[in-house]
Amino acid sequence: MTPGKLSLAVRSVAQHISIIDIHGDVTGAADSALTDAYTSASTSSTIILNFTALEYMNSSGIGLLVTLLIRAQRQGQRLLAFGLTEHYRDIFELTRLNEAITLFNIESDVLESLNISRI
Amino acid sequence: MNPSDQQPRTPRDAENWAKSVDRLNVTGTPTGALHLNVQGRQTLSPLKGFGQLWQKTFQATLVGSNHTPAEIVRVWKERFPEFQPPENRFFPSVTGVKPGEVVLINASTPGGIMSTGVMVMYSDEDSFTLITPQGHPESGWVTFSASQVDQNIVLQVQTLARASDPLYEVAFRLIASGMQDRIWQHVLTALAAHFGAPAVVTLTKQCVDPRLQWSEVGNIRHNAQLHTLIYTISSRLRKLVRGNAT
Repeated sequence: MTPGKLSLAVRSVAQHISIIDIHGDVTGAADSALTDAYTSASTSSTIILNFTALEYMNSSGIGLLVTLLIRAQRQGQRLLAFGLTEHYRDIFELTRLNEAITLFNIESDVLESLNISRI
Repeated sequence: MNPSDQQPRTPRDAENWAKSVDRLNVTGTPTGALHLNVQGRQTLSPLKGFGQLWQKTFQATLVGSNHTPAEIVRVWKERFPEFQPPENRFFPSVTGVKPGEVVLINASTPGGIMSTGVMVMYSDEDSFTLITPQGHPESGWVTFSASQVDQNIVLQVQTLARASDPLYEVAFRLIASGMQDRIWQHVLTALAAHFGAPAVVTLTKQCVDPRLQWSEVGNIRHNAQLHTLIYTISSRLRKLVRGNAT
């Protein structure tokens, strides 16, 4: 399987709350990019993963999300996510990630749950 | 953009993943397999076990191989049990290594025979991943892959797992971790030999989470080693009683 492209962007939506926008393929090749994005967001107490533009994910990619989650938990940070299609929600269920990462449908839902309005 | 606003389309990885299931269902027991501790069990994940979370990466390089990663992984799937050490017997279903299929395992351990299994969580042309159920010594998954690096092929086994319960955690710290390492080293060596190449297997270990998850201590009630031991003793006692009765 030819690894596809991945681009990540980190944006701050409120004090101590950051969103990582994931665009493209999450595979084992995403390791350093995900680590860099997490480092950029690491001063936030809540990190939100935006999967709206996720195009492909393999088992190595889901492994990276597990290690990212563990890292965040050890730092006392909360990890949330939105934008997963039904297919990727099923993968989160299969791998039990849905029990550790609270999932929302769209960005406004997650921001509303955090009592912040869109910037 | 709201995902529901997008045109519905089939994801590129749709055929690669198993569907989420509440409980495992084994359809038919392969000849010679002891089938315990799998039917009706739930799959676990690296998040659900008790012990420290470890990522172990075993690699072997086929120097200047003429084979493609896809060719190698196809053979790896088709002949998966043949590359295991003799004490670790794998019984794939007749369908083979495909997403959602269950592979039964009969392993000889210092604690006796252990009957357990795994489910194929993911499979594509260059890799496949097995996820463990309740009762398996580890809670997590293992990914087998091959990749092209310059003119060489890198064979890899990568585990991301923690011991499922306190008994297994003690066993891993005392002896089982080394035994597991030797199993995956054997697998890579046997696979490389199949393709006519000697293999030097490297191992990289990383403790992803040193914490013990005491909330998962109850996993011990599913312990496949204990359940198999009880089954073995009780079946021998039944045979003994029947022998005395005749």
